[in-house]
Amino acid sequence: MKSAVIVFPGSNCDRDAHDAIERVTGRAPDMVWHQDTALPEGTEFVMIPGGFSYGDYLRCGSMASRSNIMPAIISHAASGAPILGVCNGFQILTESQLLPGALMRNAGLHFICEKSPLIVENGNTRFTSAYAERRDLIIPIAHHDGNYNADENTLDRIEGNGQIVFRYGRNPNGSARDIAGVINENGNVMGMMPHPERAIDAKHGGTDGLALFESLLGRA
Amino acid sequence: MTQYADGITAEIVKEHGLSEDEYAIILDRMGRAPNMNELGIFSVMWSEHCSYKSSRIHLGKFPTTGEKVIQGPGENAGVIDIGDGQACIFKMESHNHPSYIEPYQGAATGVGGILRDVFTMGARPIAALNALRFGAHDHPKTRQLVSGVVAGIGGYGNCVGVPTVGGETNFHEGYDGNILVNAMAVGLADADKIFYARGAEPGQPIVYVGSKTGRDGIHGATMASAEFDDESEEKRPTVQVGDPFVEKKLIEACLELMATDAIAAIQDMGAAGLTSSSIEMADKGGIGITLDMDKVPQRETNMTTYEMMLSESQERMLVIMKPGREDVAMRIFKKWELDVSVIGQTTDTGRMVLTHKGDVVCDMPIAPLADDAPKYDRPHFAPEARAQISANDVAKPAHMGNVLLALMTSPNMASKAWIWSQYDRHVMADTTASSEDPSDAAIVRVHGTNKGIAITTDCTPRYCFADPFEGGKQGVAEAWRNLTAAGADPIAITDCLNFGNPERAEIMGQFVGCVEGMAEACRALNFPVVSGNVSLYNETNGIAIPPTPAVGGVGLIPDLDKRAGFGGMRTGDIVLAVGDTHGVLGASLYLRVIEEREDGGSPPVDLGIEKANGDFVRGQIRSGRLSACHDMSDGGLACAAADMALASGIGIKLAHEGKLPMHGFLFGEDQARYLLAADKTDAIAILQDAKADGIPVQVVGLAGGDAISVNGAHSLDLVKLREAHESWLPDLMSANEIAAE
Repeated sequence: MKSAVIVFPGSNCDRDAHDAIERVTGRAPDMVWHQDTALPEGTEFVMIPGGFSYGDYLRCGSMASRSNIMPAIISHAASGAPILGVCNGFQILTESQLLPGALMRNAGLHFICEKSPLIVENGNTRFTSAYAERRDLIIPIAHHDGNYNADENTLDRIEGNGQIVFRYGRNPNGSARDIAGVINENGNVMGMMPHPERAIDAKHGGTDGLALFESLLGRA
Repeated sequence: MTQYADGITAEIVKEHGLSEDEYAIILDRMGRAPNMNELGIFSVMWSEHCSYKSSRIHLGKFPTTGEKVIQGPGENAGVIDIGDGQACIFKMESHNHPSYIEPYQGAATGVGGILRDVFTMGARPIAALNALRFGAHDHPKTRQLVSGVVAGIGGYGNCVGVPTVGGETNFHEGYDGNILVNAMAVGLADADKIFYARGAEPGQPIVYVGSKTGRDGIHGATMASAEFDDESEEKRPTVQVGDPFVEKKLIEACLELMATDAIAAIQDMGAAGLTSSSIEMADKGGIGITLDMDKVPQRETNMTTYEMMLSESQERMLVIMKPGREDVAMRIFKKWELDVSVIGQTTDTGRMVLTHKGDVVCDMPIAPLADDAPKYDRPHFAPEARAQISANDVAKPAHMGNVLLALMTSPNMASKAWIWSQYDRHVMADTTASSEDPSDAAIVRVHGTNKGIAITTDCTPRYCFADPFEGGKQGVAEAWRNLTAAGADPIAITDCLNFGNPERAEIMGQFVGCVEGMAEACRALNFPVVSGNVSLYNETNGIAIPPTPAVGGVGLIPDLDKRAGFGGMRTGDIVLAVGDTHGVLGASLYLRVIEEREDGGSPPVDLGIEKANGDFVRGQIRSGRLSACHDMSDGGLACAAADMALASGIGIKLAHEGKLPMHGFLFGEDQARYLLAADKTDAIAILQDAKADGIPVQVVGLAGGDAISVNGAHSLDLVKLREAHESWLPDLMSANEIAAE
């Protein structure tokens, strides 16, 4: 599978994303600079990594969602290709309106970093199929603005459509309905606050994130 | 009659922190009276903060070389060899004065500054730690300071994407008027690609990169070289403002530039900004410099040379390039949307010449600024020796479980999860052990290998106050012990020497004693000092902080599959104590918390025993026999057992017999001790090895149940202990939640 990781000024999980993808797919992703206007030829999977793009100035993910590379990502999404946004990447996807809802400041107002219990709510997506019957995971979180919210109608709709892919086992940030990760209606764009790329190695963060990348491989 | 240039008076010289004697030296070296720009430059370069004028003659006592030392003190950070062609680069630095005045920005820029010291040398930063000391937990300012400092460290460190993996937080009324924020950074580089401040030659372009220069932080170095009084809050404008987003871009841009072959010398602009960075590079290269102040990127209008030279605006670097390679820097820094400007040239004159709007506004010799900086042998005396206090001198408490609960929920021992949960500890995906893990040292994997860098910060100010020499030894020994208990080979230390006003012989005595004690321990343990920082004048209205020589220790775990932590104890494990327990209670946590006194001598540190016991424990860790290993420090054996029990989720039945009073056995702070857990077969093998090697090891307990007890009594329930241990700090901070600025 040919992958790409988008790098914005202030991205800081880009190397981790690179290493996770390379480890699971056996192929190093292209690192795509935010000033570029096209994805490398033949790119299938795109990952938008965590970090503080543009220093979180204005609003998390807001400036990145208007950067030069985004039109290419939006059309890549429209083509049905898999796109994963993690943490700041999730914020960029909601700011780009590729995903519903918004991520607000954590309810406790503090940055939170912990190994968080996570529940696979929908194991039938192209990002979660390899979890099979497994439902309870531990995946690290690290964010200041992960409090997911949307209006009640939207929440009802995504709930009904199975678009809530992950829920927190212990809500750390006030997210509506414990939502930790959502997918679009087409099932090809997913955003999540927890960091699966930090959970691919027993010596660091555990291995519960591996199956997420393996799921992608299964469908590629 | 003292000579002054136009517009300068004796009063202005004094405001610049220069004594009459120092001004006389300036007149002599200049051959005329300095103008305002020159005076300002002398002022910062000769400040205590930049010149180390009170401490330099004593810092020479530290051992600074060794088989694994690539670069000792004198550069931006120390460099050690970790094998396979790689080097580890690290340093610790204080940001005490600014953090008290403006906690968020003070702490944030402390993190930014120490990261720059490390990546300036070509290293990618891989870990950050913080040693924090606050005033009494119930002092009216403490919560606001904790809240601001923690938010500042997190706000900066989380954004730049360097994991904050460890550190320590203490509370003591001795820091009510002067908190300590000591930040440590560790980086990784190829051993043959280290960049230095030395190496510039005449005729090379000087390139300014990073943020624009503003009026923030002017005279920050001078502020950090004076004590506080009631008007200290007015110094707030001297505190710099950080921008971690720019720092992150600066890291990436500098590392990209360093991958080319275009740099002759590089230096970050830290304290005294453009002045000290340019002068240090010129001085180390034995050359001169000319700078065109009109070319300096400026954030504000009508900035004067004086302001530009003394500004401490953050996220700036000065690079001396190989001639003709300026375009490489231009391309890279423009890509990262950072300012970049060729602002001058190196020369062979040995002078610093500044021009502004067509006029020469400064023309002075460089050598006196650095080399001829004043160096004082200040008077000092050692404090009166204190008598040792043993358990026989202290009343025996009725219920040991209640005492243990009181110690484990005291401000210094209670869980600090409220703090470290606000720091990203996992970014870069190599953190093997951090504050959340039951490990005496933080461990960060060397990317792409199975080796780990073990890192710790340590200091016991109670001991240093009681006996500076023994306390200094103890801090180094405990750092060495922490690394050992994690399974690492300790390699070298950085230090951050925080003291009061050195012009008082009593304070200078603390400084000299601590340095000499540290030096002795460093020599005995082959644990040299490779970098460090001195912070003096930590006092307010004549009241000094306790002597606090913080030690940042670094070691290497050659194989991450052979390491230890204190969370793996299993039911049925035998609990063993390594090292002799005499029940020393002088200056102990027990006395402070239970008896509310801090008298008595510091526990003596026998460095030979320290080394022998440590080497034995490291060997046992590598043999794979241990299920848990923990060093014994504050609160003695009982607190180490409590940590182990909490982390493992299993109780311990401690057993004690013999003449030593039980509270001495449990809470004595004898040094060179470790607590181990192993199954029965392994425990027997450990005891046999110990006998053969002449190491004192005894069985002290059995793992099991859900309480800590002694001789079947004095029980402390683990659930109750955990609840109290973990709720102390959140309760303190939420009692009156103060939003961080």
